[in-house]
Amino acid sequence: MSKILVVAEHAEGKLNAGVAKVIAAATPIGGEVHVLVLAADGASVAAEAAKLAGVTKVLVADNAAHATPIAANLAPSVVEVAAGYTHVLFPGTTFGKDVAPRVAAKLGVPQVSDVMAVHSATSFDKPIYAGNAITTVETPAGTMVATVRLASFTAVAATGSAAIEKVSVATVAAAHTRYKGLEAQKSARPDLQSAAKVVSGGRALGSSENFKVIFDFADKIGAGVGASRAAVDSGYVPNDMQVGQTGKIIAPSLYFAIGISGAIQHLAGIKDAKVIVAINKDADAPIFEVADIGLVGDLFTLVPELQAKM
Amino acid sequence: MKAIVSVKRVVDYNVRIQVKPDGSGVVTDGVKHSMNPFDEIAMEEAVRLKEKGKITEIIAVTMGGAKNEETLRTALAFGATKAIHIKEEGEIQPLTAARAFAAVFKKEGASLFIAGKQAIDDDANQTGQMLAALLDLPQATFAGKVSIEGNVATVVREVDAGLETLEIDLPAVITADLRLNEPRYLKLPDIMKAKRIPIEAVTLADLGVTAAAAVKVIKTTPPPSRSKGVMVKTVDELVAALKAKGLA
Repeated sequence: MSKILVVAEHAEGKLNAGVAKVIAAATPIGGEVHVLVLAADGASVAAEAAKLAGVTKVLVADNAAHATPIAANLAPSVVEVAAGYTHVLFPGTTFGKDVAPRVAAKLGVPQVSDVMAVHSATSFDKPIYAGNAITTVETPAGTMVATVRLASFTAVAATGSAAIEKVSVATVAAAHTRYKGLEAQKSARPDLQSAAKVVSGGRALGSSENFKVIFDFADKIGAGVGASRAAVDSGYVPNDMQVGQTGKIIAPSLYFAIGISGAIQHLAGIKDAKVIVAINKDADAPIFEVADIGLVGDLFTLVPELQAKM
Repeated sequence: MKAIVSVKRVVDYNVRIQVKPDGSGVVTDGVKHSMNPFDEIAMEEAVRLKEKGKITEIIAVTMGGAKNEETLRTALAFGATKAIHIKEEGEIQPLTAARAFAAVFKKEGASLFIAGKQAIDDDANQTGQMLAALLDLPQATFAGKVSIEGNVATVVREVDAGLETLEIDLPAVITADLRLNEPRYLKLPDIMKAKRIPIEAVTLADLGVTAAAAVKVIKTTPPPSRSKGVMVKTVDELVAALKAKGLA
Protein backbone atom coordinates (compact mmCIF):
# COMPACT_ATOMS: atom_id res chain seq x y z
CA MET A 1 0.00 0.00 0.00
CA SER A 2 1.39 3.39 -0.95
CA LYS A 3 1.52 6.45 1.25
CA ILE A 4 1.60 9.59 -0.83
CA LEU A 5 2.62 13.07 0.25
CA VAL A 6 1.47 15.95 -1.97
CA VAL A 7 3.27 19.23 -1.32
CA ALA A 8 0.80 22.10 -1.58
CA GLU A 9 1.63 25.26 -3.48
CA HIS A 10 -0.13 28.34 -2.18
CA ALA A 11 0.06 32.13 -2.17
CA GLU A 12 -1.66 34.78 -0.09
CA GLY A 13 -3.52 32.20 1.97
CA LYS A 14 -5.02 30.46 -1.06
CA LEU A 15 -4.32 26.95 -2.35
CA ASN A 16 -2.98 26.83 -5.92
CA ALA A 17 -5.57 25.32 -8.30
CA GLY A 18 -2.94 22.89 -9.58
CA VAL A 19 -2.93 20.95 -6.30
CA ALA A 20 -6.36 19.44 -7.13
CA LYS A 21 -4.76 18.05 -10.30
CA VAL A 22 -1.85 16.56 -8.37
CA ILE A 23 -4.40 14.78 -6.18
CA ALA A 24 -5.95 13.41 -9.40
CA ALA A 25 -2.51 11.99 -10.30
CA ALA A 26 -1.95 10.62 -6.78
CA THR A 27 -5.27 8.78 -6.52
CA PRO A 28 -4.55 6.01 -9.12
CA ILE A 29 -1.23 5.21 -7.39
CA GLY A 30 -3.45 3.79 -4.65
CA GLY A 31 -3.15 4.31 -0.91
CA GLU A 32 -3.36 7.19 1.49
CA VAL A 33 -3.02 10.68 0.04
CA HIS A 34 -1.79 13.35 2.45
CA VAL A 35 -1.34 17.02 1.60
CA LEU A 36 1.51 18.93 3.26
CA VAL A 37 1.02 22.67 3.75
CA LEU A 38 4.22 24.55 4.52
CA ALA A 39 3.37 28.10 5.56
CA ALA A 40 3.85 30.65 8.32
CA ASP A 41 0.12 30.27 9.00
CA GLY A 42 -1.41 27.53 6.86
CA ALA A 43 -4.90 27.35 8.34
CA SER A 44 -6.86 28.71 5.37
CA VAL A 45 -4.81 26.72 2.83
CA ALA A 46 -5.24 23.54 4.86
CA ALA A 47 -9.00 24.06 5.04
CA GLU A 48 -9.14 24.28 1.23
CA ALA A 49 -6.90 21.22 0.78
CA ALA A 50 -9.04 19.18 3.21
CA LYS A 51 -12.00 19.53 0.85
CA LEU A 52 -10.25 17.91 -2.13
CA ALA A 53 -11.79 14.53 -2.95
CA GLY A 54 -9.35 11.69 -2.32
CA VAL A 55 -7.27 13.48 0.31
CA THR A 56 -7.14 11.38 3.49
CA LYS A 57 -5.26 13.84 5.72
CA VAL A 58 -3.84 17.36 5.62
CA LEU A 59 -0.62 18.11 7.48
CA VAL A 60 0.07 21.75 8.36
CA ALA A 61 3.60 22.73 9.32
CA ASP A 62 3.47 26.33 10.46
CA ASN A 63 6.99 27.76 10.67
CA ALA A 64 8.41 31.25 10.16
CA ALA A 65 10.91 29.75 7.66
CA HIS A 66 7.96 28.92 5.36
CA ALA A 67 6.74 32.52 5.10
CA THR A 68 8.17 32.88 1.59
CA PRO A 69 8.63 30.13 -1.03
CA ILE A 70 12.40 29.63 -0.71
CA ALA A 71 13.45 26.16 -1.89
CA ALA A 72 16.42 25.97 0.47
CA ASN A 73 14.01 26.38 3.42
CA LEU A 74 11.06 24.32 2.15
CA ALA A 75 13.04 21.27 0.98
CA PRO A 76 14.43 20.33 4.43
CA SER A 77 10.90 20.54 5.87
CA VAL A 78 9.54 18.24 3.16
CA VAL A 79 12.41 15.79 3.75
CA GLU A 80 11.66 15.78 7.48
CA VAL A 81 7.96 15.01 6.95
CA ALA A 82 8.59 12.59 4.03
CA ALA A 83 9.95 9.78 6.24
CA GLY A 84 7.61 6.81 5.86
CA TYR A 85 6.07 8.00 2.59
CA THR A 86 6.44 6.03 -0.64
CA HIS A 87 5.75 8.98 -2.96
CA VAL A 88 6.32 12.73 -2.71
CA LEU A 89 4.51 14.68 -5.42
CA PHE A 90 4.72 18.34 -6.42
CA PRO A 91 2.76 20.34 -8.98
CA GLY A 92 4.79 20.82 -12.19
CA THR A 93 4.88 24.58 -11.72
CA THR A 94 7.91 26.83 -11.21
CA PHE A 95 7.34 26.26 -7.47
CA GLY A 96 7.38 22.45 -7.76
CA LYS A 97 10.27 22.44 -10.20
CA ASP A 98 12.30 24.61 -7.82
CA VAL A 99 11.74 22.53 -4.67
CA ALA A 100 11.29 18.88 -5.78
CA PRO A 101 14.85 18.17 -7.01
CA ARG A 102 16.24 19.55 -3.76
CA VAL A 103 14.07 17.05 -1.88
CA ALA A 104 15.07 14.16 -4.18
CA ALA A 105 18.79 14.94 -3.83
CA LYS A 106 18.51 15.03 -0.03
CA LEU A 107 16.65 11.71 -0.06
CA GLY A 108 19.26 10.30 -2.46
CA VAL A 109 16.64 9.23 -5.00
CA PRO A 110 16.07 10.18 -8.64
CA GLN A 111 13.10 12.35 -9.65
CA VAL A 112 10.54 11.90 -12.39
CA SER A 113 9.66 15.27 -13.92
CA ASP A 114 6.26 15.98 -15.51
CA VAL A 115 4.35 12.77 -14.79
CA MET A 116 1.54 12.67 -17.38
CA ALA A 117 0.09 9.20 -16.73
CA VAL A 118 0.20 6.72 -13.84
CA HIS A 119 0.35 2.98 -14.68
CA SER A 120 1.19 1.68 -11.21
CA ALA A 121 2.97 2.76 -8.03
CA THR A 122 6.30 2.47 -9.86
CA SER A 123 5.44 3.02 -13.54
CA PHE A 124 4.73 6.39 -15.10
CA ASP A 125 4.68 8.23 -18.44
CA LYS A 126 6.58 11.46 -18.92
CA PRO A 127 7.27 13.64 -21.95
CA ILE A 128 10.78 14.23 -23.31
CA TYR A 129 11.98 16.47 -26.17
CA ALA A 130 9.25 19.05 -25.48
CA GLY A 131 6.54 16.43 -25.72
CA ASN A 132 7.73 15.13 -29.09
CA ALA A 133 8.23 11.73 -27.47
CA ILE A 134 6.76 10.05 -24.41
CA THR A 135 8.70 7.65 -22.22
CA THR A 136 7.30 5.03 -19.88
CA VAL A 137 9.60 4.78 -16.88
CA GLU A 138 10.02 2.43 -13.92
CA THR A 139 11.23 4.00 -10.68
CA PRO A 140 13.81 2.24 -8.47
CA ALA A 141 13.30 1.20 -4.84
CA GLY A 142 13.02 4.02 -2.33
CA THR A 143 10.83 7.09 -2.12
CA MET A 144 9.53 8.25 -5.48
CA VAL A 145 9.80 12.02 -5.98
CA ALA A 146 7.97 13.57 -8.91
CA THR A 147 6.46 16.68 -10.39
CA VAL A 148 3.06 16.30 -12.04
CA ARG A 149 2.27 17.78 -15.44
CA LEU A 150 -0.93 19.66 -14.58
CA ALA A 151 -2.26 19.76 -18.15
CA SER A 152 -2.53 15.96 -18.14
CA PHE A 153 -4.94 15.66 -15.20
CA THR A 154 -8.45 16.90 -14.39
CA ALA A 155 -8.84 18.53 -10.98
CA VAL A 156 -10.62 16.46 -8.33
CA ALA A 157 -13.83 17.95 -6.92
CA ALA A 158 -13.98 19.85 -3.61
CA THR A 159 -16.32 17.33 -2.01
CA GLY A 160 -14.09 15.82 0.68
CA SER A 161 -13.55 16.54 4.33
CA ALA A 162 -10.16 15.23 5.42
CA ALA A 163 -8.77 15.64 8.92
CA ILE A 164 -6.26 18.43 9.48
CA GLU A 165 -3.27 17.69 11.68
CA LYS A 166 -0.56 20.06 12.89
CA VAL A 167 3.03 18.90 12.53
CA SER A 168 6.21 20.65 13.54
CA VAL A 169 9.48 20.75 11.61
CA ALA A 170 12.87 21.85 12.89
CA THR A 171 13.65 24.04 9.85
CA VAL A 172 15.33 27.37 10.55
CA ALA A 173 15.34 29.93 7.72
CA ALA A 174 18.69 29.95 5.94
CA ALA A 175 20.51 33.27 6.22
CA HIS A 176 22.01 32.85 2.74
CA THR A 177 18.77 33.52 0.81
CA ARG A 178 16.63 36.65 1.14
CA TYR A 179 13.24 37.03 -0.53
CA LYS A 180 12.95 40.53 -1.96
CA GLY A 181 9.47 40.38 -3.40
CA LEU A 182 7.24 39.42 -6.29
CA GLU A 183 6.22 41.66 -9.13
CA ALA A 184 2.93 40.02 -10.07
CA GLN A 185 0.68 40.88 -12.95
CA LYS A 186 -2.61 41.57 -11.21
CA SER A 187 -5.45 40.63 -13.46
CA ALA A 188 -9.17 40.10 -13.10
CA ARG A 189 -9.06 37.60 -15.98
CA PRO A 190 -9.20 33.84 -15.46
CA ASP A 191 -5.85 32.29 -14.58
CA LEU A 192 -4.07 31.12 -17.71
CA GLN A 193 -3.22 27.69 -16.27
CA SER A 194 -6.70 26.78 -15.11
CA ALA A 195 -8.96 28.72 -17.52
CA ALA A 196 -11.46 26.69 -19.59
CA LYS A 197 -10.95 29.08 -22.50
CA VAL A 198 -7.70 30.78 -23.50
CA VAL A 199 -7.01 33.34 -26.22
CA SER A 200 -3.35 33.77 -27.21
CA GLY A 201 -1.78 36.34 -29.48
CA GLY A 202 1.44 36.10 -31.44
CA ARG A 203 3.99 38.18 -33.27
CA ALA A 204 1.41 39.24 -35.87
CA LEU A 205 -0.19 41.53 -33.28
CA GLY A 206 2.76 43.83 -33.96
CA SER A 207 2.66 45.90 -30.78
CA SER A 208 1.67 46.07 -27.17
CA GLU A 209 -1.22 48.44 -28.05
CA ASN A 210 -2.58 46.07 -30.69
CA PHE A 211 -2.83 43.31 -28.07
CA LYS A 212 -6.02 45.10 -26.98
CA VAL A 213 -7.78 43.12 -29.74
CA ILE A 214 -6.86 39.92 -27.88
CA PHE A 215 -7.77 41.23 -24.43
CA ASP A 216 -11.13 42.58 -25.62
CA PHE A 217 -12.08 39.30 -27.28
CA ALA A 218 -10.93 37.29 -24.24
CA ASP A 219 -13.01 39.48 -21.90
CA LYS A 220 -16.08 39.02 -24.09
CA ILE A 221 -15.90 35.21 -23.84
CA GLY A 222 -14.47 35.06 -20.30
CA ALA A 223 -11.12 33.63 -21.36
CA GLY A 224 -7.60 33.75 -19.96
CA VAL A 225 -4.98 35.47 -22.12
CA GLY A 226 -1.71 33.96 -23.32
CA ALA A 227 0.97 34.76 -25.85
CA SER A 228 3.58 33.10 -28.02
CA ARG A 229 7.26 33.33 -27.20
CA ALA A 230 7.71 35.68 -30.16
CA ALA A 231 5.14 38.10 -28.71
CA VAL A 232 6.80 38.00 -25.30
CA ASP A 233 10.31 38.38 -26.71
CA SER A 234 9.09 41.37 -28.75
CA GLY A 235 7.95 42.96 -25.50
CA TYR A 236 4.23 43.10 -26.36
CA VAL A 237 3.24 41.32 -23.11
CA PRO A 238 5.03 40.13 -19.94
CA ASN A 239 6.79 36.77 -19.70
CA ASP A 240 4.26 35.17 -17.36
CA MET A 241 1.80 35.09 -20.27
CA GLN A 242 3.99 32.86 -22.40
CA VAL A 243 2.41 29.59 -23.51
CA GLY A 244 4.75 26.86 -24.74
CA GLN A 245 7.60 24.55 -23.89
CA THR A 246 9.48 27.22 -21.96
CA GLY A 247 6.37 28.98 -20.69
CA LYS A 248 3.11 27.54 -19.45
CA ILE A 249 1.72 24.21 -20.61
CA ILE A 250 -2.06 24.43 -20.67
CA ALA A 251 -5.09 22.26 -21.44
CA PRO A 252 -8.17 24.47 -21.89
CA SER A 253 -11.36 23.16 -23.53
CA LEU A 254 -11.08 25.91 -26.13
CA TYR A 255 -7.87 27.58 -27.32
CA PHE A 256 -7.61 30.44 -29.80
CA ALA A 257 -4.20 30.91 -31.45
CA ILE A 258 -4.36 34.31 -33.07
CA GLY A 259 -1.55 35.54 -35.27
CA ILE A 260 0.61 32.65 -34.02
CA SER A 261 2.58 30.73 -36.64
CA GLY A 262 2.81 27.59 -34.48
CA ALA A 263 6.49 26.97 -33.74
CA ILE A 264 7.19 23.54 -32.20
CA GLN A 265 7.94 25.21 -28.89
CA HIS A 266 4.48 26.83 -28.81
CA LEU A 267 2.67 23.64 -29.88
CA ALA A 268 4.36 21.80 -26.99
CA GLY A 269 2.34 24.00 -24.64
CA ILE A 270 -1.11 23.45 -26.18
CA LYS A 271 -1.08 19.76 -27.24
CA ASP A 272 -3.68 18.89 -24.59
CA ALA A 273 -6.17 21.65 -25.49
CA LYS A 274 -9.46 20.00 -26.48
CA VAL A 275 -10.30 22.31 -29.39
CA ILE A 276 -7.74 24.57 -31.06
CA VAL A 277 -8.92 27.43 -33.25
CA ALA A 278 -6.30 29.19 -35.37
CA ILE A 279 -6.62 32.54 -37.09
CA ASN A 280 -3.65 33.53 -39.23
CA LYS A 281 -3.12 35.37 -42.49
CA ASP A 282 -0.58 32.80 -43.70
CA ALA A 283 -2.46 29.72 -44.98
CA ASP A 284 0.78 27.69 -44.75
CA ALA A 285 1.41 28.45 -41.08
CA PRO A 286 2.18 25.22 -39.13
CA ILE A 287 -0.51 26.09 -36.57
CA PHE A 288 -3.10 24.93 -39.14
CA GLU A 289 -1.59 21.41 -38.99
CA VAL A 290 -2.82 21.01 -35.41
CA ALA A 291 -5.86 23.31 -35.38
CA ASP A 292 -9.33 21.76 -35.19
CA ILE A 293 -10.77 24.82 -36.88
CA GLY A 294 -8.70 27.16 -39.06
CA LEU A 295 -9.54 30.53 -40.54
CA VAL A 296 -7.18 32.36 -42.90
CA GLY A 297 -7.29 36.14 -42.91
CA ASP A 298 -6.45 39.41 -41.21
CA LEU A 299 -6.83 39.08 -37.46
CA PHE A 300 -7.56 42.79 -37.05
CA THR A 301 -10.83 42.43 -38.98
CA LEU A 302 -11.70 38.81 -38.11
CA VAL A 303 -11.25 38.96 -34.32
CA PRO A 304 -13.54 41.97 -33.72
CA GLU A 305 -16.12 40.34 -36.01
CA LEU A 306 -15.84 37.07 -34.05
CA GLN A 307 -16.13 39.02 -30.81
CA ALA A 308 -19.37 40.60 -32.01
CA LYS A 309 -20.83 37.25 -33.11
CA MET A 310 -19.97 35.09 -30.09
CA MET B 1 36.47 34.21 -8.17
CA LYS B 2 35.72 31.07 -10.15
CA ALA B 3 32.46 30.18 -11.87
CA ILE B 4 31.61 26.72 -13.18
CA VAL B 5 29.18 26.29 -16.06
CA SER B 6 27.77 22.87 -16.95
CA VAL B 7 27.23 22.25 -20.65
CA LYS B 8 25.39 19.33 -22.25
CA ARG B 9 25.47 18.00 -25.80
CA VAL B 10 21.92 17.47 -27.04
CA VAL B 11 20.07 16.92 -30.32
CA ASP B 12 19.90 20.37 -31.96
CA TYR B 13 16.69 22.22 -31.20
CA ASN B 14 15.88 22.54 -34.91
CA VAL B 15 15.85 18.79 -35.50
CA ARG B 16 12.46 17.15 -35.84
CA ILE B 17 12.49 14.36 -33.25
CA GLN B 18 11.87 10.83 -34.58
CA VAL B 19 10.96 7.99 -32.25
CA LYS B 20 12.58 4.64 -33.20
CA PRO B 21 9.97 2.16 -34.48
CA ASP B 22 11.01 -0.46 -31.87
CA GLY B 23 10.27 1.97 -29.04
CA SER B 24 13.86 1.89 -27.75
CA GLY B 25 14.35 5.66 -27.84
CA VAL B 26 14.62 8.57 -30.23
CA VAL B 27 16.89 8.65 -33.27
CA THR B 28 20.18 10.33 -32.33
CA ASP B 29 22.60 8.73 -34.82
CA GLY B 30 23.41 10.92 -37.80
CA VAL B 31 21.42 13.77 -36.29
CA LYS B 32 22.84 17.26 -35.70
CA HIS B 33 23.82 17.89 -32.09
CA SER B 34 24.73 21.14 -30.36
CA MET B 35 25.10 22.68 -26.94
CA ASN B 36 21.85 22.69 -24.97
CA PRO B 37 20.40 26.20 -25.67
CA PHE B 38 19.87 26.98 -21.96
CA ASP B 39 23.52 26.05 -21.32
CA GLU B 40 24.57 28.52 -24.03
CA ILE B 41 22.66 31.18 -22.09
CA ALA B 42 24.42 30.09 -18.88
CA MET B 43 27.78 30.24 -20.66
CA GLU B 44 27.03 33.70 -22.08
CA GLU B 45 26.07 34.98 -18.63
CA ALA B 46 29.35 33.73 -17.16
CA VAL B 47 31.30 35.43 -19.93
CA ARG B 48 29.44 38.71 -19.33
CA LEU B 49 30.13 38.49 -15.59
CA LYS B 50 33.81 37.96 -16.39
CA GLU B 51 33.80 40.93 -18.79
CA LYS B 52 32.35 43.05 -15.98
CA GLY B 53 35.13 41.86 -13.66
CA LYS B 54 32.76 40.05 -11.33
CA ILE B 55 34.45 36.70 -11.85
CA THR B 56 37.97 35.85 -12.98
CA GLU B 57 37.78 32.26 -14.23
CA ILE B 58 35.14 30.21 -16.06
CA ILE B 59 35.39 26.44 -15.92
CA ALA B 60 33.15 24.59 -18.37
CA VAL B 61 32.26 21.07 -17.35
CA THR B 62 30.46 18.33 -19.25
CA MET B 63 29.70 14.69 -18.63
CA GLY B 64 29.38 11.95 -21.22
CA GLY B 65 31.13 10.12 -24.04
CA ALA B 66 33.91 11.25 -26.40
CA LYS B 67 31.66 13.38 -28.62
CA ASN B 68 30.95 15.74 -25.71
CA GLU B 69 34.37 17.23 -26.36
CA GLU B 70 32.73 19.25 -29.19
CA THR B 71 30.49 20.93 -26.63
CA LEU B 72 33.46 21.80 -24.42
CA ARG B 73 35.20 23.30 -27.49
CA THR B 74 32.13 25.48 -28.01
CA ALA B 75 32.29 26.55 -24.35
CA LEU B 76 35.97 27.42 -24.74
CA ALA B 77 35.13 29.46 -27.85
CA PHE B 78 32.57 31.38 -25.79
CA GLY B 79 35.34 32.25 -23.34
CA ALA B 80 35.68 29.47 -20.81
CA THR B 81 39.19 29.54 -19.35
CA LYS B 82 39.31 25.83 -18.57
CA ALA B 83 37.35 22.73 -19.58
CA ILE B 84 36.71 19.52 -17.67
CA HIS B 85 35.33 16.39 -19.32
CA ILE B 86 33.81 13.86 -16.93
CA LYS B 87 34.06 10.73 -19.08
CA GLU B 88 31.08 8.46 -18.71
CA GLU B 89 29.51 6.32 -21.40
CA GLY B 90 25.80 5.60 -21.47
CA GLU B 91 22.85 7.48 -20.12
CA ILE B 92 23.53 9.98 -17.33
CA GLN B 93 20.73 10.93 -14.98
CA PRO B 94 20.48 14.25 -13.11
CA LEU B 95 21.36 13.01 -9.60
CA THR B 96 24.57 11.37 -10.82
CA ALA B 97 25.49 14.51 -12.79
CA ALA B 98 24.76 16.66 -9.73
CA ARG B 99 27.02 14.48 -7.56
CA ALA B 100 29.84 14.75 -10.10
CA PHE B 101 29.43 18.52 -10.49
CA ALA B 102 29.37 18.90 -6.69
CA ALA B 103 32.72 17.11 -6.50
CA VAL B 104 34.19 19.37 -9.21
CA PHE B 105 32.79 22.47 -7.50
CA LYS B 106 34.47 21.56 -4.21
CA LYS B 107 37.75 20.54 -5.85
CA GLU B 108 37.96 23.80 -7.77
CA GLY B 109 36.90 25.96 -4.82
CA ALA B 110 34.39 27.77 -7.06
CA SER B 111 31.99 30.50 -5.90
CA LEU B 112 29.29 30.26 -8.52
CA PHE B 113 27.70 27.45 -10.54
CA ILE B 114 25.59 28.45 -13.53
CA ALA B 115 23.55 25.83 -15.38
CA GLY B 116 20.80 25.97 -17.96
CA LYS B 117 17.40 25.53 -16.28
CA GLN B 118 16.87 22.30 -18.20
CA ALA B 119 18.27 20.29 -21.08
CA ILE B 120 15.99 20.06 -24.08
CA ASP B 121 16.40 16.28 -24.41
CA ASP B 122 15.13 14.85 -21.10
CA ASP B 123 13.49 18.16 -20.02
CA ALA B 124 14.27 17.14 -16.42
CA ASN B 125 15.00 20.55 -14.88
CA GLN B 126 16.71 18.97 -11.88
CA THR B 127 20.50 19.06 -11.94
CA GLY B 128 21.09 22.63 -10.68
CA GLN B 129 18.67 22.24 -7.77
CA MET B 130 20.10 18.82 -6.85
CA LEU B 131 23.63 20.22 -6.90
CA ALA B 132 22.58 23.09 -4.63
CA ALA B 133 20.98 20.62 -2.21
CA LEU B 134 24.02 18.33 -2.14
CA LEU B 135 26.30 21.28 -1.33
CA ASP B 136 23.73 23.02 0.94
CA LEU B 137 24.05 26.13 -1.19
CA PRO B 138 21.44 28.77 -1.98
CA GLN B 139 19.79 28.46 -5.38
CA ALA B 140 18.09 30.84 -7.77
CA THR B 141 16.39 28.94 -10.58
CA PHE B 142 14.74 30.36 -13.72
CA ALA B 143 17.02 33.42 -13.68
CA GLY B 144 15.92 36.23 -15.98
CA LYS B 145 18.40 38.78 -14.62
CA VAL B 146 21.56 38.39 -12.54
CA SER B 147 23.66 41.07 -10.91
CA ILE B 148 26.56 40.47 -8.58
CA GLU B 149 27.97 42.94 -6.04
CA GLY B 150 30.79 41.56 -3.94
CA ASN B 151 29.61 38.33 -2.42
CA VAL B 152 25.91 38.78 -3.11
CA ALA B 153 23.94 37.90 -6.24
CA THR B 154 20.57 39.52 -6.89
CA VAL B 155 18.52 37.33 -9.19
CA VAL B 156 15.19 38.11 -10.83
CA ARG B 157 13.39 34.79 -11.33
CA GLU B 158 10.76 34.09 -13.97
CA VAL B 159 8.10 32.31 -11.93
CA ASP B 160 4.50 31.45 -12.87
CA ALA B 161 3.09 34.40 -10.92
CA GLY B 162 5.47 36.99 -12.37
CA LEU B 163 8.98 38.17 -11.52
CA GLU B 164 10.40 37.21 -8.14
CA THR B 165 13.59 38.72 -6.75
CA LEU B 166 15.96 36.77 -4.51
CA GLU B 167 19.19 37.91 -2.93
CA ILE B 168 21.62 35.03 -2.38
CA ASP B 169 25.06 34.87 -0.81
CA LEU B 170 27.84 33.23 -2.80
CA PRO B 171 28.78 30.45 -3.18
CA ALA B 172 25.51 29.71 -4.94
CA VAL B 173 23.82 27.93 -7.84
CA ILE B 174 21.93 29.84 -10.54
CA THR B 175 19.95 28.27 -13.41
CA ALA B 176 19.41 30.26 -16.58
CA ASP B 177 16.02 30.88 -18.15
CA LEU B 178 15.32 31.88 -21.73
CA ARG B 179 15.40 35.65 -21.35
CA LEU B 180 18.56 35.98 -19.24
CA ASN B 181 20.54 37.06 -22.32
CA GLU B 182 21.06 36.41 -26.00
CA PRO B 183 24.18 34.30 -26.55
CA ARG B 184 26.77 35.85 -28.86
CA TYR B 185 27.69 34.47 -32.26
CA LEU B 186 31.02 32.72 -32.00
CA LYS B 187 33.82 34.15 -34.14
CA LEU B 188 36.03 31.90 -36.23
CA PRO B 189 39.31 32.98 -34.53
CA ASP B 190 37.80 32.13 -31.14
CA ILE B 191 36.64 28.74 -32.44
CA MET B 192 40.14 28.07 -33.83
CA LYS B 193 41.84 29.18 -30.63
CA ALA B 194 39.53 26.95 -28.58
CA LYS B 195 40.78 23.89 -30.47
CA ARG B 196 44.25 24.30 -29.00
CA ILE B 197 43.23 24.51 -25.34
CA PRO B 198 43.82 21.25 -23.48
CA ILE B 199 40.80 19.58 -21.89
CA GLU B 200 41.10 17.91 -18.49
CA ALA B 201 39.60 14.42 -18.45
CA VAL B 202 38.36 12.78 -15.25
CA THR B 203 36.14 9.83 -14.37
CA LEU B 204 33.45 9.44 -11.72
CA ALA B 205 35.90 7.22 -9.83
CA ASP B 206 38.55 10.00 -9.90
CA LEU B 207 35.96 12.30 -8.34
CA GLY B 208 35.00 9.70 -5.74
CA VAL B 209 31.42 9.67 -6.98
CA THR B 210 29.12 6.67 -7.35
CA ALA B 211 26.22 6.69 -9.81
CA ALA B 212 22.78 7.12 -8.26
CA ALA B 213 19.97 4.57 -8.65
CA ALA B 214 18.40 5.26 -12.03
CA VAL B 215 14.90 5.67 -13.33
CA LYS B 216 14.62 2.93 -15.96
CA VAL B 217 13.15 3.78 -19.35
CA ILE B 218 10.86 0.94 -20.43
CA LYS B 219 9.78 2.32 -23.79
CA THR B 220 9.57 5.46 -25.86
CA THR B 221 6.57 6.26 -28.01
CA PRO B 222 5.51 9.13 -30.26
CA PRO B 223 2.90 11.46 -28.76
CA PRO B 224 -0.72 10.93 -29.83
CA SER B 225 -1.16 12.98 -32.98
CA ARG B 226 -3.94 15.49 -33.40
CA SER B 227 -6.09 14.80 -36.40
CA LYS B 228 -6.16 17.58 -38.95
CA GLY B 229 -9.21 19.76 -38.51
CA VAL B 230 -11.37 21.76 -40.86
CA MET B 231 -10.70 25.07 -42.56
CA VAL B 232 -13.53 27.58 -42.54
CA LYS B 233 -13.85 30.58 -44.85
CA THR B 234 -15.77 33.08 -42.75
CA VAL B 235 -16.34 34.11 -39.14
CA ASP B 236 -19.95 32.89 -39.46
CA GLU B 237 -18.73 29.42 -40.42
CA LEU B 238 -16.29 29.52 -37.48
CA VAL B 239 -19.06 30.43 -35.03
CA ALA B 240 -21.25 27.65 -36.49
CA ALA B 241 -18.43 25.11 -36.11
CA LEU B 242 -17.93 26.16 -32.47
CA LYS B 243 -21.66 25.91 -31.85
CA ALA B 244 -21.66 22.39 -33.32
CA LYS B 245 -19.04 21.46 -30.70
CA GLY B 246 -21.10 23.12 -27.98
CA LEU B 247 -18.46 25.79 -27.46
CA ALA B 248 -20.28 28.94 -28.52
